[in-house]
Amino acid sequence: MIDAIRHALGRIFFFFRSSRLEKDFSSEMTTHLEFAVEENLKLGLSPAEARRAALLKLGGLEQTKETVRDHRGIPFLETLLQDLRYALRTLRKNPGFAAVAVLTLALGIGANTALFSIVNAVLLNPLPYDQPDRLLAVYTHTPQFDRSSISYPNFLDWRRDNRTFSALASFRGENYNLTGVGSPERLEAEMVSATFFPMLGIRPVRGRLFFEQEDQVGAAPVVLISEGFWKRKFASSPDAVGKSLTLNGTLYEIVGVIPGTFHYENNNFQTAPEIYSPIGQWNDPLFRDRRVGMGMDAVGKLKPGVTLEQAKSDMNTVANHLAEVFPDVDKDSGVTLVPLKENVVGDIRPFLLVLFAAVGFVLLIACANVANLLLARSTGRTREFAIRTALGASSARVIRQLLTESILLAIAGGALGVCIAAWGTKAAIKVLPEALPRAEEIHLDPRALFFTIAISVLAGICFGLVPAFKSSRTEIQDTLKKSGRGGSASRHRTQGVFVAMEMAMAVVLLVGAGLMIRSLANLWNVDPGFDPRNVLSFSLASSEPLGANPAASRALFRQLRDTISAVPGVQSASLTVGSSPMTGDSELPFWLEGEPKPASQGEMKNSLFYIAQPDYLNVMKIPLKRGRFLNESDNEHAQTVIVIDEQFAKLYFGDKDPIGHRVNLSIINTTAEIVGVVGHIKQWGLDSDATATIQAQCYIAMSQLPDSILSAFGYGTGVVARTDGTPMATMDSITHALEKVNGRMVVFGTQTMSDVISDSLAAKRFVMVLLGVFAGLAMLLSSIGIYGVLSYVVGQRTNEIGIRMALGAGRFTVLRMVLTQAGEMVMLGVIIGLVAAILLTRLMASMLFAVSPTDPVTLGAVALLLTAVALVACYIPALRATRVDPMIALRYE
Amino acid sequence: MPDSKLDLLQGTLDLMVLQTLAAMGSLHGYGIARRIEQVSGNEVLLNQGTIYASLVRLQQRGWISAEWGTSDNNRKAKYYSITRRGRKQLTQDAAYWQRLSIVMSRVLATSEGEGKP
Repeated sequence: MIDAIRHALGRIFFFFRSSRLEKDFSSEMTTHLEFAVEENLKLGLSPAEARRAALLKLGGLEQTKETVRDHRGIPFLETLLQDLRYALRTLRKNPGFAAVAVLTLALGIGANTALFSIVNAVLLNPLPYDQPDRLLAVYTHTPQFDRSSISYPNFLDWRRDNRTFSALASFRGENYNLTGVGSPERLEAEMVSATFFPMLGIRPVRGRLFFEQEDQVGAAPVVLISEGFWKRKFASSPDAVGKSLTLNGTLYEIVGVIPGTFHYENNNFQTAPEIYSPIGQWNDPLFRDRRVGMGMDAVGKLKPGVTLEQAKSDMNTVANHLAEVFPDVDKDSGVTLVPLKENVVGDIRPFLLVLFAAVGFVLLIACANVANLLLARSTGRTREFAIRTALGASSARVIRQLLTESILLAIAGGALGVCIAAWGTKAAIKVLPEALPRAEEIHLDPRALFFTIAISVLAGICFGLVPAFKSSRTEIQDTLKKSGRGGSASRHRTQGVFVAMEMAMAVVLLVGAGLMIRSLANLWNVDPGFDPRNVLSFSLASSEPLGANPAASRALFRQLRDTISAVPGVQSASLTVGSSPMTGDSELPFWLEGEPKPASQGEMKNSLFYIAQPDYLNVMKIPLKRGRFLNESDNEHAQTVIVIDEQFAKLYFGDKDPIGHRVNLSIINTTAEIVGVVGHIKQWGLDSDATATIQAQCYIAMSQLPDSILSAFGYGTGVVARTDGTPMATMDSITHALEKVNGRMVVFGTQTMSDVISDSLAAKRFVMVLLGVFAGLAMLLSSIGIYGVLSYVVGQRTNEIGIRMALGAGRFTVLRMVLTQAGEMVMLGVIIGLVAAILLTRLMASMLFAVSPTDPVTLGAVALLLTAVALVACYIPALRATRVDPMIALRYE
Repeated sequence: MPDSKLDLLQGTLDLMVLQTLAAMGSLHGYGIARRIEQVSGNEVLLNQGTIYASLVRLQQRGWISAEWGTSDNNRKAKYYSITRRGRKQLTQDAAYWQRLSIVMSRVLATSEGEGKP
């Protein structure tokens, strides 16, 4: 054993000193010969004979050296180094080939790694919480919605009655006005249960988390702050904990700092809250109303060993019990449980998987391309290999040499690919963070890197083997006799198959991208039901109630509307709360007058509601269909009226005229008369509105809201305003005008309605852009592929073409001959690609809008486009063929 | 000189080199080759080149060492000598060979029929 190690060490030692030893050995051989020659001379031989006899005795000098070398160092490694040196030399001699091959691979591998990093971070990695597999997102299930927000009283009962959760925590987004430190600021905040952070395994950077007894009405006001806020306002000073903040006019003591790495994805969780407060301290009457879900969701952690099914049946029991106790509210409502990760990434999964498949195609095309290049090159080198074989190289040795070359290319491509991947990952995150959950968790991770290296080496082996085996089967005699003209038909066929394959994959990608483009174009042409151009949307909030009493509030709302409308550039404006198109929905249960009152809230009809001022219709340019819209005389002193949309009318009145009918509005406890019908707006998004559960919409005048509801909206309101042009420029004047009315008011969340619509398409656009990039890449690579193959074929056939031209073939005949050969490859590829596309694009049907996955226009356009591009790529080598000078071509012989 | 010479069995050349160096002290490659030829009475077919592969092998195992020196007729040559570990190895291998050759001669000495009961 020790001997074996010593021997191995000896070899390694010899390996590293090999160049000195080589010289040493040469002089040792010289001495050996001199000794032998001298002795032979003594025996009386002539000098020439003496030398010859000595050489014979020694055996072949080179063979001796070779045997000694084999014994000396590590032959495998030496051969490898030799192969590498040789490969580098040949690649340097052919920089164009090397550049194209490396770049092709780098693009394929880079795109693949970038997307793998994203898929890995978003879909595969566990969520960054404690025991993430046991976490479930918890919602109310209603007849209309599978995932609806939870009312706080119900949540408290669920928490008390369940047997399967070790903890349940709720949360809802809130905004606070911060005063007393610099100018007033609007802060994103999140109300959370005391159990929220401990359940997720989040530890404070400083201070402590909430105590259980702080999570109830009447406890001392405390908050946690985010690490970002700590740094921004307190320069990360340790004594920030214990200080106080004035939020909405109340003093809160800071008890701890939440780490900056903490993120939570949920519709009712702010993107980057800076303040966390205990949800149980909030004593708003609506929040404590069992009928109302104030945008609160929950998360729960299962007890160890409990399955999702067990938890579901447990929560069913809990919900059924509540339905018996509170039949008017909870009769038809239940609990929805969704694994937390599914909840976070569920929507984006199909998008990412389609992109992943697309990028896989790009890598395959890249590999086929490089294989093709190598194949073409190895064919050109047939003679070189034949000579090597003739000189005694075994076929294994030739294969090894070729493999070394291709793996070297693959590794170079992989290294460059990693750079592209690093850049691509960053770019992808920057372009569309909105469309991607968990974006902050994305980075080029070691597994993706390993994946890349594995791909590149595997690719190197795969595309290296085909030409290697082909070359190793070379018939030496034939090749040497042929004086370099060769290139058998079978080799052309292999390359043709590769090109056809690339074309086919490019077709599939182009069809995918084309379908996405058509979908988005269709979506852009969908009428949202209002005119989004030049419309501003923003929010107003104050740290104190807007108006000391309901009457003052109503007066202030009118004053605010008048102030904004008077700003130059503003045509009309309306304050609005409740639903807002595409960004937030609020529903109102109701029943029609003349019908018996439903026993429970769950049995009532539901309508989206928009609390608005009379100009709302003008701002949004929603068409009036019948009757009238809300006007100034619909005030707190008049009979409550309601305006409904066409969908409401159709669903609940059919052909009857709804005007003059009355509806009972459950939560605001009034009966309202229908005075008008307006057009339907696409509240749920351009693509999904038609399939949404709640279609009916209604408008209620802001001044007719009962006092109790008014106080709930008292701290803030939304505003929409129509401007002459350049909405964002007008915004500054509006802000100035509002400051004069009330200096403590904060304006935030400014957006144009056009942006709102464009944001609603972000995920689809993300896929379209990426698929477009990949498809373009695929088209480019496959064009390079066909160009390369055709150039090579023309080069090989120079001779034949020369003879044909010498015998009288015209340029056009030659052009047609070459293009026909290319056309066969292209046609085959396009046909296979179309068939594959028809089979595969069905998988992306859910992402399409108003386009069939087998849309003939897209398929036809793609086929034409690719054929045209491919023929352009072929044109250059084809043209070169027609320029062949018969004299020169024949002289090649 | 007989028509056919002896082919060397695997491993025997290393042993011959060790024994030669043990007997003669330090020697250069040519000297070792010649010495083996002489001792064998020119019975061994020695491609002198193969000596060098053996020398490298023995060096790597640490059984011999080498250093450059000057020959009697003033030539620079590499001189090999056996190490302490080499001597130990030689003792072992020589004993093994002797045992093997005794066994071989016994086996070959048995005439036909002798083994029958």
